[in-house]
Amino acid sequence: MFDGYTSSELMSIFAMQGFAGLSLFSVFVLMALGLTIIFGQMGVINMAHGEFMILGAYTTYLTSGFFQSYLPGLFGGYFFVAIILAFLVCAALGALVEWLMIRHLYHRPLDTLLATWGLSLIMQQAYRSIFGAREVGVDLPDWMMGAFQVTDMVELPINGLFVMIIALAIAVGLYLLMYRSGYGKKVRAVVQNRPMAEAVGINSAGIDRATFALGCGIAGIAGAAFTMIGSTGPSSGQAYIVDTFLVVVFGGAQSVLGTIVSAFGISQAQSTMEFFLSGSMAKVLTLLVVVGILMIRPEGLMAVKVRR
Amino acid sequence: MGTTDIIAIERSFEKGLNFRKSLMALAASFMLASAVQAATPSTAEVNTTGLAVTDDTVTVGILHSITGTMAISEIGSVQAEKLAIDQINASGGVLGRQIDFVQEDGASDWPTFAEKARKLLRQDNVAAIFGAWTSASRKAILPVMEQYNGMLYYPTFYEGLEQSPNVVYTGQEATQQILASLDWAAETKGAKTFYLLGSDYIWPRTSNKIARKHIEDMMGLRVVGEDYYPLGHTQFNTAINKIKLKKPDVIFASVVGGSNVAFYKQMKAAGVDFTEEDPLLLTISVTEDEIRGIGGENVEGIYASMKYFQSLDNANNKEFVAAFKEAYGDDMVIGDVTQAAYLGPWLWKKAVEKAGSFDIDEIREEFAGIEFEKAPEGYVRIHENHHLWSKTRIGQAQLDGQYKVVFETEELMEPDPFPEGYQ
Repeated sequence: MFDGYTSSELMSIFAMQGFAGLSLFSVFVLMALGLTIIFGQMGVINMAHGEFMILGAYTTYLTSGFFQSYLPGLFGGYFFVAIILAFLVCAALGALVEWLMIRHLYHRPLDTLLATWGLSLIMQQAYRSIFGAREVGVDLPDWMMGAFQVTDMVELPINGLFVMIIALAIAVGLYLLMYRSGYGKKVRAVVQNRPMAEAVGINSAGIDRATFALGCGIAGIAGAAFTMIGSTGPSSGQAYIVDTFLVVVFGGAQSVLGTIVSAFGISQAQSTMEFFLSGSMAKVLTLLVVVGILMIRPEGLMAVKVRR
Repeated sequence: MGTTDIIAIERSFEKGLNFRKSLMALAASFMLASAVQAATPSTAEVNTTGLAVTDDTVTVGILHSITGTMAISEIGSVQAEKLAIDQINASGGVLGRQIDFVQEDGASDWPTFAEKARKLLRQDNVAAIFGAWTSASRKAILPVMEQYNGMLYYPTFYEGLEQSPNVVYTGQEATQQILASLDWAAETKGAKTFYLLGSDYIWPRTSNKIARKHIEDMMGLRVVGEDYYPLGHTQFNTAINKIKLKKPDVIFASVVGGSNVAFYKQMKAAGVDFTEEDPLLLTISVTEDEIRGIGGENVEGIYASMKYFQSLDNANNKEFVAAFKEAYGDDMVIGDVTQAAYLGPWLWKKAVEKAGSFDIDEIREEFAGIEFEKAPEGYVRIHENHHLWSKTRIGQAQLDGQYKVVFETEELMEPDPFPEGYQ
């Protein structure tokens, strides 16, 4: 397929393709991190993860509308405010959901699955009633549109770079939180041995709520970031949820590092195959490989070794 | 949950209801006038098959998704059908009878569509069903329509390869939408190479098959790439790189749904300015409705091939747009399918009046040649294959989310659901 192209053209395309793979990687990381820490901590599979992301997107939409109406001078910077708001709104709703619903269902994984799925339907319908069934367009400040012209052929989309930076920041922040803070120590203790952690005085219910809120908050940030590249509508969250589960399960459902490795593997495989095959076939092949590896390693790539 | 949503939608229709009330008053005065002129034909005469027809009303069904993922697309069709029914009632109804409607929710779920269609036909005995949007929902309804001999008025442009005696297709079939636009791209824009890109399901695949045949066999030009992505796909960076490598003159796009938003935003972010027309983007899937979600700044400059644009400059359309906005609010936009849905009740009325009967079998005999001069798209006529003769137009997307019409076929395009040489 490369007949008739000069080597410099090919180099540029490969550079851009590498960038495409990396930006897919950061999208996957953003999607999956929130889900991973919730699952790792509490064994709860949050089927409403996609809807929390869309809540973040709608928060961004409302923030952008607010800035346009009342603070047009600061519109260029509204996105940073929106990200923080998206985190807070989603985390608050997450804490509420944990308190009302999830905490009554611990140790009943199938019931949490159903309950959070029901929650996702309720949230979708709520969006439809509040914002209308049509997708909303989120206006972006001018500086976030367009691309960096690196060479004549190589253009790097600014929003792709931006998503990468957010993903990196959250991954680093999460690492510091989990491995360098008192809260993180408690979380890891609860994950490894809940009764023992409780016996030494860790408030595991409080840790659970904080973790659920944190996971939902990260979903909100992801949703805010995705307004740059995707659609914002009542059922847009559904588009992300399958990939998210794929990444989390493949990575070994409880390991943050595993999630990142798995996101990298899947994104590179997919974007490379997409380049040589049609998009649908690339997806099929990626799924086949993942299924094959999971048959050999049912725990996923990096399972946390825990004594059971 | 479903009920709250219906309440919310009803609420948003409240403006429409007020509008309906005033129309009703108008209708009453009309009816007085017409009662003096001619007695309406007796029910026994116009209804021999047990349809829901009384001496002064006739009941029809509206069957679209107002909940679930397709609600975004189908609500416009519901609004248009209700508007048409209101207007027909205001002008005296059908055979002297006012139209009542029963609305059912297909809930974006194909078995539900079949179930509700059965309910409308068997329990409500409706005289016509205006509904379905996706091909999948139409295919689900089809056996029910044929089993109980109903008549469905289907509004969406679709892939063709179907011709049921129990369906009237008021949107365009694939050849009508595609062929003229490809010819236009080659003749007006000098296009030589084409890149076909679509979502992965029957409509884009069939459309691109037709497009490829036409480009390669009829026009003698080249297709340099053909690519499909799963429904709901949100990452198009690789697709965009492939397009940049192939450097086609025209990207022929049939991406749908949420993927549309992702695709155009990422094209824009990758530094593609569609107004430069290098490459030129020609789509068959982005109506004014979709642009609301994508954002005008992301699609400015693309071309769309449809039979209707809200900006069409003719008296019928101005009246239609004004009535639509009056009923549903000034910020409404009207896309191709919404207009096609509006045609349904009107074409049904014409067929009933020509047949002098509500009976499905009587109406079916009369379809061929029925004209609707007041169509917002200008003029349409029903072909004996139950599709519409209509013009194909090409519009260029503007920053404000409207299309500017840059081309229209001189003649009405003949509907050809089973195109020879294209399969």
